Amino acid sequence: MILEIYSFSTLTSSIDEGLNSVMAPWLVTLTEFVIVGIVFLLFYALLGLFLVYLERKVCAVIQNRIGPNRVGKWGMFQTIADLIKLLMKELITIKNADKFLFNLAPFIVIITSFMAIAALPFAKGLQAIDLNIGIFYVMAVSSLGVVGILIAGWSSNSKYSLIGAMRSGAQIISYELSVGLSLLAIVIFSGSMQLSTIVESQADGWWIFKGHIPALFAFVLYLIAATAEINRGPFDLAEAESELTAGFHTEYSGIKFAFFFLAEYINMFIVAAIATTLFLGGWMPLHIGGWEGFNQIMDYIPSIVWFFGKTFVIIYIIMWFKWTFPRLRIDQLLNLEWKYLLPLNLMNIVLISFVVLIGLYFK
Amino acid sequence: MNEEAVKKVILKEDEDYIINMGPQHPSTHGVLRLEVCLNGETVKHMTPHIGYIHRGMEKMAEFNTYKQLIHLTDRMDYLSAHINNEAVCLAVENALEVEVPERVQYIRAILDELSRVASHHLWWSAFGMDLGALTTFFYGMRDREKVLAIFEESFGSRLLHSFNTPGGLMHDVHPNFRKHTREFVKYFRKKLPDYKNLLTDNIIFHNRTKGIGVMDKEMAINYGITGPSGRGSGFSCDVRKVAPYGVYDKVVFREILYPEGDSFARYKVRVDEMQESLNILEQLVDDMPEEGGYTAKMKPVIKLPEGEYFQRVEAARGEFGVFIVSKGEKYPYRIKFRSPSFSNLFVLGPLAKGGIIADLVAICGSLDLVIPDIDR
Repeated sequence: MILEIYSFSTLTSSIDEGLNSVMAPWLVTLTEFVIVGIVFLLFYALLGLFLVYLERKVCAVIQNRIGPNRVGKWGMFQTIADLIKLLMKELITIKNADKFLFNLAPFIVIITSFMAIAALPFAKGLQAIDLNIGIFYVMAVSSLGVVGILIAGWSSNSKYSLIGAMRSGAQIISYELSVGLSLLAIVIFSGSMQLSTIVESQADGWWIFKGHIPALFAFVLYLIAATAEINRGPFDLAEAESELTAGFHTEYSGIKFAFFFLAEYINMFIVAAIATTLFLGGWMPLHIGGWEGFNQIMDYIPSIVWFFGKTFVIIYIIMWFKWTFPRLRIDQLLNLEWKYLLPLNLMNIVLISFVVLIGLYFK
Repeated sequence: MNEEAVKKVILKEDEDYIINMGPQHPSTHGVLRLEVCLNGETVKHMTPHIGYIHRGMEKMAEFNTYKQLIHLTDRMDYLSAHINNEAVCLAVENALEVEVPERVQYIRAILDELSRVASHHLWWSAFGMDLGALTTFFYGMRDREKVLAIFEESFGSRLLHSFNTPGGLMHDVHPNFRKHTREFVKYFRKKLPDYKNLLTDNIIFHNRTKGIGVMDKEMAINYGITGPSGRGSGFSCDVRKVAPYGVYDKVVFREILYPEGDSFARYKVRVDEMQESLNILEQLVDDMPEEGGYTAKMKPVIKLPEGEYFQRVEAARGEFGVFIVSKGEKYPYRIKFRSPSFSNLFVLGPLAKGGIIADLVAICGSLDLVIPDIDR
């Protein structure tokens, strides 16, 4: 088991006790809500900035370039400079646009991603809310983002935006099915929808290893479907810049555009984090049965490092997809889902049910 | 015109969803405006609107001497500037019956092929971008840079090097010209597999281009499609083979022909042409004479004898032709350029019809249009 000294529950419980000793219980709850909210807002913003920076560096490596290297060491503050630029830009209001919906759309997109990130288990004892239907909740709120995209496309009063939004709607609703079914595979294995229970069930082996072929299969299907669900290349049809200039956010400027941009990157983090939590053991260290020395060394690495390490490996793979593959066409995209991924997923679910019934997986 | 034909001319109906791609749009590669009538995402009709950068080059040429008007031809298809120059030079030289030194002919042919490779590099980069594979751009540009370095070393400019002049070249090439060309051929041979791995063998790329925008041979001939786009439809139109000029009858090379006529065939023609250009370059660099000067003796003021002269060459995008009418003065009386992109553009509408927007972009990319070449 992972060492107790790395557990965040000691930190959080000491804060809780400290607060309880000075104020009334209802005030403690309120203060804790505020603290958690502020921590998440900060984390969200910093993560967004870092992911944008990472994407630039990764694509630079893939494209024989250096990437940002002027602002700060290795261009570390480039994204912060960009953020300041975006904050100061004019918010252009469009003639004949539906003002209310136009202003509402970026907030819907960003709030849904914010809600999804709140339920993730980041490390041992570091989870804001541990719902007993955690995975269902994350799926549900992250799929609400499409509403924001559709509203953005509709309210912009631009033809390119509308095409982009319609594409995005068709795409996300289709791929939602595959994502759900491939996650169901692990729910069947672990017998729970609670994210903390799923992580605990992988203490002696990750599901991708324990569930062998069906779990591996589900993992590959999940990666493809999740990449499509977050509108990233090669499935970035909603904003295909060579066809629709910028798709649904063509008419947005300044910080409103930045909200879409940020939400896209956070969504990428969310799907990578879910893949980590369900398939790659979450914050659990890598354990190999029988190798006691090896397992102990692995235990010394803090759980938060494990979680973010695995998540960023998945993020790197998703970025790799984007920068090497050409974009699919909308009909090919829907064919891929309805003709290949969905039947394969359904077959995989049946297979997993049998595997679990017979007990053919490593326990 | 019968009634059927009149109906076809009606471009749009009231309920059509019309979008304007361009004049500023990432995949029209310049100031080209495509008026697309959509039904959902299906293209019902596409009308190209051209002329945004029309400069009246043919009229301008009437007020310039033959040595001056060469600089205008650069600004048409700027990616095969050298080849355009050569067409005018050859027309003037043939009219005056000037014997150009063999060395000059070799250098011109080497530059032709280098221009062709550089042009195809840029096309390959941009075509990948059109289809959403953003990395191709940097790979293509990386290799194009090597060609431009050779140009820069010899002429001082990278894109619009008006290096040709009637009778020969402006000045001699750099002493390292031959060595660096050889190095480039060696370098690029090693890099060609990258192109295959990154784009040619990609399954998504195949799905996006195979069977998209099918143009049969008859259609290609009817629309006057030349160059790689025409050869992708099996239309044997390589001027280097059909009507050899310069030293092209002395080198051994293959005319790349693919009969399928879809976007993938046009892609394959260009990629194979890069390979073939390397073969030509190898032969030319080996055979190029060291001695022989860089220009023939020409009069300071060139006056073409009265008559009509025509010269065509194989530019990177197709057949580039110059038609000169001279009244015996130092200015041409009338000049007409036949630019390949102009003809190639107008097949886009019929090809894109019935496809979806993404197909329109793929076809537009596979035709390899250069907008100043259309507008002149």
